[in-house]
Amino acid sequence: MTIKLDSRIPAGSVQEKWDRFKSEMKLVNPANKRKHTIIVVGTGLAGASASASLAEQGYKVKTFCLHDSPRRAHSIAAQGGINAAKNYMNDGDSVYRLFYDTVKGGDYRAREANVYRLAQVSADIIDQSVAAGVPFAREYSGELANRSFGGTQVSRTFYARGQTGQQLLIGAYQALMKQVDEGGVELQTLREMVDLVVVDGKARGVIMRNLITGELEKHVADAVVLATGGYGRVFFLSTNAFNSNGTAIWRAHKRGALFGNPCFTQIHPTCIPVSGDHQSKLTLMSESLRNDGRVWVPKKKEDCGKHPSEIADEDRDYYLERRYPAFGNLVPRDVASRAAKQVCDEGRGVGESRVAVYLDFRDAIKRLGESVVREKYGNLFDMYHEITAENPYEVPMRIYPAVHYTMGGLWVDYHLMSNIPGLFVLGEANFSDHGANRLGASALMQGLADGYFVIPFTLTNYLASNKFEPLKTDAPAFKQAEADVRKRIDHIIALSKKGGARTVMEIYRELGKIMWENVGMERTDAGLKAAIQKIQKLRAEFHNGIKLVIPAEDKERNQLFEVALRVEDFLELGELMAIDALQRTESCGGHFRAESQQDDGEAKRDDENFSFVAAWEFTGDPSKPVLHKEQLVFDYVHPTTRSYK
Amino acid sequence: MSRNNAMTVQLKVWRQKDAKSEGKFEIYSLAGVSENMSFLEMLDLLNEDLTKKGTPPVEFESDCREGICGTCSCAINGQAHGPVRGTATCQLYMRAFKDGDTIVIEPWRAGAFPVIKDLVVDRSSLDRLITVGGYTGAKTGPHADANAMLVPKDDAEKSMDAAACIGCGACVAACPNSSASLFMSAKITHLAMLPQGHALRERRVLRMVEQMDKEGFGHCTNIGECQAACPKEIKIDTIALMKREYFKAAMKQ
Repeated sequence: MTIKLDSRIPAGSVQEKWDRFKSEMKLVNPANKRKHTIIVVGTGLAGASASASLAEQGYKVKTFCLHDSPRRAHSIAAQGGINAAKNYMNDGDSVYRLFYDTVKGGDYRAREANVYRLAQVSADIIDQSVAAGVPFAREYSGELANRSFGGTQVSRTFYARGQTGQQLLIGAYQALMKQVDEGGVELQTLREMVDLVVVDGKARGVIMRNLITGELEKHVADAVVLATGGYGRVFFLSTNAFNSNGTAIWRAHKRGALFGNPCFTQIHPTCIPVSGDHQSKLTLMSESLRNDGRVWVPKKKEDCGKHPSEIADEDRDYYLERRYPAFGNLVPRDVASRAAKQVCDEGRGVGESRVAVYLDFRDAIKRLGESVVREKYGNLFDMYHEITAENPYEVPMRIYPAVHYTMGGLWVDYHLMSNIPGLFVLGEANFSDHGANRLGASALMQGLADGYFVIPFTLTNYLASNKFEPLKTDAPAFKQAEADVRKRIDHIIALSKKGGARTVMEIYRELGKIMWENVGMERTDAGLKAAIQKIQKLRAEFHNGIKLVIPAEDKERNQLFEVALRVEDFLELGELMAIDALQRTESCGGHFRAESQQDDGEAKRDDENFSFVAAWEFTGDPSKPVLHKEQLVFDYVHPTTRSYK
Repeated sequence: MSRNNAMTVQLKVWRQKDAKSEGKFEIYSLAGVSENMSFLEMLDLLNEDLTKKGTPPVEFESDCREGICGTCSCAINGQAHGPVRGTATCQLYMRAFKDGDTIVIEPWRAGAFPVIKDLVVDRSSLDRLITVGGYTGAKTGPHADANAMLVPKDDAEKSMDAAACIGCGACVAACPNSSASLFMSAKITHLAMLPQGHALRERRVLRMVEQMDKEGFGHCTNIGECQAACPKEIKIDTIALMKREYFKAAMKQ
């Protein structure tokens, strides 16, 4: 396949590009809109907002989700907030500053034009969400409240207690359900996308697996929108939901869509540490806690086993405040995570496992009083208490970084279209806006920007610019895709009949361990090469036989079988992440190569050689992908060493 | 916080092939349960054990496993989401049980929630309640500046208290009448407390109540089990508000 990467960035200054696109785009006549069917896969912030917005315009939208209800998508778990350049606090914020902070925060590995548009539409998202009934936090004046978040020096984060993702998703979900009521959206729940159908080079449909009956269902459309989230679950342990997975984007990748920057993973600094081998997921403690909590470990190893109250102030190392006086506890996530790993590697970690650091509210409680702290963070403190049986009002929280978000994803152009015409990718599923590190409270912003304010325009332009031959589900491409999926499913059934040494979950945990140890917070040449070999070996074990019970030949709900299908894909995607991390010998954002660091241990970027998006092409052999490069050009935010000192 | 004192528990689990088949309890003895496991991780362990023995795993639903997505369910020892107040099943930890305990695990029982398999029920009836009116009606596009309309902080807080509903259906499962009143009133309160919700206020409550009857949910007779089972501790005061809203809307018709 010859691939030309064209990011299709409109001409003009960065401030003009989006307006220029909107004024020059082609339109679809209102009467013709209902003739176009659009498939949207996923109902998180991006998918729900896209489905509702497209249906409101008059398109026929078919929306699918793998949950029993669209309201359950993992956007719901986002706690802290959503950024927007409203400048309500009058503290010097602007569209340009949000753009600047995001490009810098992403360590200069994002496309300027996309990020500027994101900052431009951010304010509209707040207006939209308020109109949709999102009960954001307010001041006594009745105006909206804001707080600050890591990586920035202004307060631009809007929030709804510690449940901002939930409230924004419910807002988008409700708009979606209104369209279901009005017939604009045909909603199908408990469906998982297992393949993309490409006809004459264009994305024209999907194969869905009915999770209750196991049946394969074919759906035709003029365009396919993937909003299926990130692939952090490749690490097994992450803050992602149990069912979050990479299958939809991986299947699209195998049908020709390029995968952008797969190794860019965000490790969130404030999660509850692992407590045992049984652990199935990790729980995030919102980054907003770093506004008032102070991060520390003992200065001396000998103190690590002591009760924190027995350690005097002069024996505590508030290492973020010490190393980064300007940003202190509010440094970006990648910096905070790596610093926690460093102090634990030095043997100064705390807790039973010694792989944790303290997040201490003692001083905040003294300064503000317990009731104020309770009002701000009460639900997070309760959650911590439930999980650990420790009371954070009395003893400091123990936290440790965990996989949280994947900045990488399918490659898309400015229109959010992949290299397969008609395949659009939104939200965390695409690679586009966060570069090598995402700032806190920017995921919600991007999901809703893509769904509410970008896709309605760019998809319209696509539909107006192309002709669509009538197509039915008995077309050869659909039959072929269905047969391919059937073959895969039969293969897994055969593997389960054959049996193996380990269960699917055991293999999955092992994959997660390989990924965390070698493709996690710190990556080395040797570690990545070892990981590639280990993943290949594990993949061979999987395809040789597994312990899995499939009743009734896959005609009943069987969630472990669903996991097996996802793990099969993760066993390939994990290798691509390691291959990508291996080629990128610089450190940038969440990608830290031990070989590339400054004398003081800070990340060392290599702009001369790595100022590009790595867009990988699937070749048929998961171990032999081909790298394409989209060079990044910085006309406004000139790359400098990112310093938060 | 030791991980070493593993427990053995007796699990009496409801097994049912599908909505049409008869179900029954099966008893499993499960060893190696740590007090730091979540209840769902205990079920994960059970399924690993069953898989190794060649027995079909127990189907149960979960997703975020941190109490916000509303996917997990189960009646545990007869209580929706188990014995600890203000938490969903995924936030229940095995330290709430002791070595040797028998734990009865059932799907939620309600006419409007048919069993799909084992512990999994179909809760799409809740979505259909939202479909007929649980929204403000604002379309995507330019709107007035978010600060153009002030909302008193107390109203916003009351709205948020109700909007915290995770749509799990515990209120229905706990109610002897299988009423969805708490779920409905949470949505009606969320939107009634905000000026943005006012345009569709009357239509919303009338259509939702009508749909509730169609779905086969029962009516509220002020028992209060819903409030006790709600993992987000939504108050039955919201039901009083819903009844007032309904009365006002019905009188205008």
